[in-house]
Amino acid sequence: MESMALWKRVLILLVCGWGILAAVPNLFYAQVERHNDAAAAIEAAGGTATPDQQAALAEWPDFLPSALMNLGLDLRGGAHLLAEVQVEDVYKTRMDALWPGVRDALRDLRDQVGAVRRAPSPDDVLRVTLSNPEGMPAALEAVRALGSSVVTLTGVGESTIDVTSEGNDIVVQLSAAEKQATDQRTIQQSLEIIRRRVDEAGTREPTIQRQGTDRILIQVPGIGSAQELKALIGQTAQLTFNPVISRTTDAAAEPGPRNLLLPSMDEAGVYYIVEQTPVVSGEDLVDAQPSFDQNGQPAVSFRFDTTGARAFGDYTAANIGAPFAIVLDDEVISAPVIQSHIPGGSGIITGNFTVEESTRLAVLLRAGALPAEMIFLEERTIGPELGQDSIDAGRTAALIGMVAVAIYMVACYGLFGLFANIALAINIGLIMAVLSAIGATLTLPGIAGIVLTMGMAVDANVLIFERMREEIRAGSSTRRVVEQGFDRAFSAIMDSNVTGLLTAIIMFWLGSGPVRGFAVTMGLGILTSMFTAVYVTRLIVETYIDWKRPKTLVV
Amino acid sequence: MAWRLRLVPEKTNINFFAIQWVTFGGSLFAMAASVVLILTMGLNFGIDFRGGTTIRTESTQVVDVAVYREALSGIDAGDVSITEVFDPSFRDDQHVAMIRLSAREGEESVTPEVIAEVEAALRTVDPAITFPAVESVGPKVSQELITSALLAVLAGAVGILAYVWVRFEWQFAVGTVAAIIHDVLVTVGIFVLFQIKFDLTIVAALLTILGYSVNDTVVIFDRLRENMAKYKQMPLREMMNLTANETLSRTIMTASTAFISLLVLFIFGGDVIRGFVFAMLLGVVLGTYSTLYMAKNIVLMLGVDRGDKTKKPGSGEFANVDA
Repeated sequence: MESMALWKRVLILLVCGWGILAAVPNLFYAQVERHNDAAAAIEAAGGTATPDQQAALAEWPDFLPSALMNLGLDLRGGAHLLAEVQVEDVYKTRMDALWPGVRDALRDLRDQVGAVRRAPSPDDVLRVTLSNPEGMPAALEAVRALGSSVVTLTGVGESTIDVTSEGNDIVVQLSAAEKQATDQRTIQQSLEIIRRRVDEAGTREPTIQRQGTDRILIQVPGIGSAQELKALIGQTAQLTFNPVISRTTDAAAEPGPRNLLLPSMDEAGVYYIVEQTPVVSGEDLVDAQPSFDQNGQPAVSFRFDTTGARAFGDYTAANIGAPFAIVLDDEVISAPVIQSHIPGGSGIITGNFTVEESTRLAVLLRAGALPAEMIFLEERTIGPELGQDSIDAGRTAALIGMVAVAIYMVACYGLFGLFANIALAINIGLIMAVLSAIGATLTLPGIAGIVLTMGMAVDANVLIFERMREEIRAGSSTRRVVEQGFDRAFSAIMDSNVTGLLTAIIMFWLGSGPVRGFAVTMGLGILTSMFTAVYVTRLIVETYIDWKRPKTLVV
Repeated sequence: MAWRLRLVPEKTNINFFAIQWVTFGGSLFAMAASVVLILTMGLNFGIDFRGGTTIRTESTQVVDVAVYREALSGIDAGDVSITEVFDPSFRDDQHVAMIRLSAREGEESVTPEVIAEVEAALRTVDPAITFPAVESVGPKVSQELITSALLAVLAGAVGILAYVWVRFEWQFAVGTVAAIIHDVLVTVGIFVLFQIKFDLTIVAALLTILGYSVNDTVVIFDRLRENMAKYKQMPLREMMNLTANETLSRTIMTASTAFISLLVLFIFGGDVIRGFVFAMLLGVVLGTYSTLYMAKNIVLMLGVDRGDKTKKPGSGEFANVDA
């Protein structure tokens, strides 16, 4: 038998060395985590460190690797939400926004189309009734001119709106291509806003990702509960400024068409009837800061962008003396009377806020409104104590499992069992090293995957050793026993591992959360165990033979 | 020769077909029984698959399910079930219970208000009670999870079928898949029989069972293929016995190391993943059994084209079926 080439030996040793080195930080998890946090904080602060941070930084030497496995929610505790974004909400907003334009366009054609009025319709449709249907062709043309062309990969040139006529009515809705593009934007915007809000709260390593067409997965470790996370995200946090029509104490008052009846936030039993179409909305805000009003009460000051400032300025100029409502999430925060023209586009919201509330409101406003409502399909809260219990249980099980398998292997294969155990230990190190390096998340089922891998990883060694025994029985030479043992077991090892890998890939592909965590460790375990069981064990066995030069092998 | 622990004698000559009507028939019966159980008793689905909320409670006082039930009786919730959880890893003053709520009639999911009410009611029993885990799954997701779980197991089976087909012959693929269907079905049957909670992690366990069972079967087939090239004249049945005996030591060895590590997890791994580990333990036992007694029988029934010109494909093998 040709001995393994030197470069191969060196390569194997290098990989093993890296594996052990990169796995080590995980054994000192808390220390390394403090070190990493401090390093990140110092970096963020531009290189200045507090004494606390210095101390934390010193807990782990810089020259050692410091990448850690992420702990999943089930191990660290935290909250998990799966939200479905109601993308259709945006269609309604778009239709409402389109109405003034349509009205103005048709007003210019008054002599042809007569009077126009918005008719009741489903949320995603704008229906306009003409008093003079003869003018329909001209009206359709005018309304169609309001649409622009959608720019997508497939639908270039298609209009953003579909305009048709039904009797005396013009029916306007978003075109299919535009709906698709809108959905895409809505999700992107929601993701961005959620990310900003969660980041403002300063929690560590949140996972915020899109799932499927209209869902968002939010996982935030270390947060108290799913309820808290929901409050942080805010289900809508929609800020609008609406013209007030009247004020009432009748909760059942009929607001009239295109108007809304909204309760007051501070005054119980007081309701406002406001116009549904806002003058400006939170999307036009560029800044919001907690501040204090002239009486020293907590308030929020804000500033609009140019579009918002112009709309707000025009409206205030035209409506001096009239009240307008500041509406947050369908509740009227306050309804001040416009004292004068407000041209600069900045203002202040006062209400019965505490400092915390005004701060939170400012954060919400700054992050922007979610474009659509979210429905939570899945909510999970895991307490940190339960996570710690799981870590402890997993660690105990892993240690005992490892010792049990190790003893068993030595009992069955003697010295060769010991070789297999060394390979097994390196295997565990490699799994942890790769998990750390790729920033994978370790979950409780993931720990189970590692423990199971310990049981299954020795399988390759068992196959090899059994083959070696057969060769010994057949009376082969020492060299030949090793060669044949490894070579002839290889096809079985390959086949059995490929099928295992196949199921791991399917689990990763179709599974979610805990199942994925399991699939990752199992899949990785299969790959690393192929390496350790075949190459590392062979290196050990050959080194042993070169060193001891035994006449006969006893497996 | 140094001392070695041997579960299997060095040379065995077991006829794995000797009692094939008992073993194969027993397997068929177990599969049929599992199907009947699944259809009649139904699986005890966790919230992943049927929606609802679970609340894990932890208290230093002993859990009295009746008192908990009494405390919750005033709340207008859907079905409420309370079970105490035991685990050897718990501290002496650690008492854990699981409360499962289903949505009220006409409502999609358990509302946060109901959960808050339940938590408040339990605090009247024990002010120091904590809720280390609260999980809610809506009906929409649970429907999809069922679909994707079935799809995952199906995709796993098809993938394996395809791989074994490419690497061996179609008869082997059919035998392998028959064996894994057996393993999965009987595992699910046992979960039904004992009404063990069936959730998403159990599906992961089922997929692992697929992987393990195939692993086991493929190793024997690999050896069988090698032997077929070596002993061209040996009847298939004898060859299968020879192969199974040659690999028996490895089969038992691997099953036992996997079993040991799973058993350790089962005992020390905590109650959160106990069901998951239990499914895999079953899978190791069933997988080993089906490798020895199921997969080969199917291949034998289907016969194998051994590419041997002196022998008509399949002729001799089919004769063995009635033997």
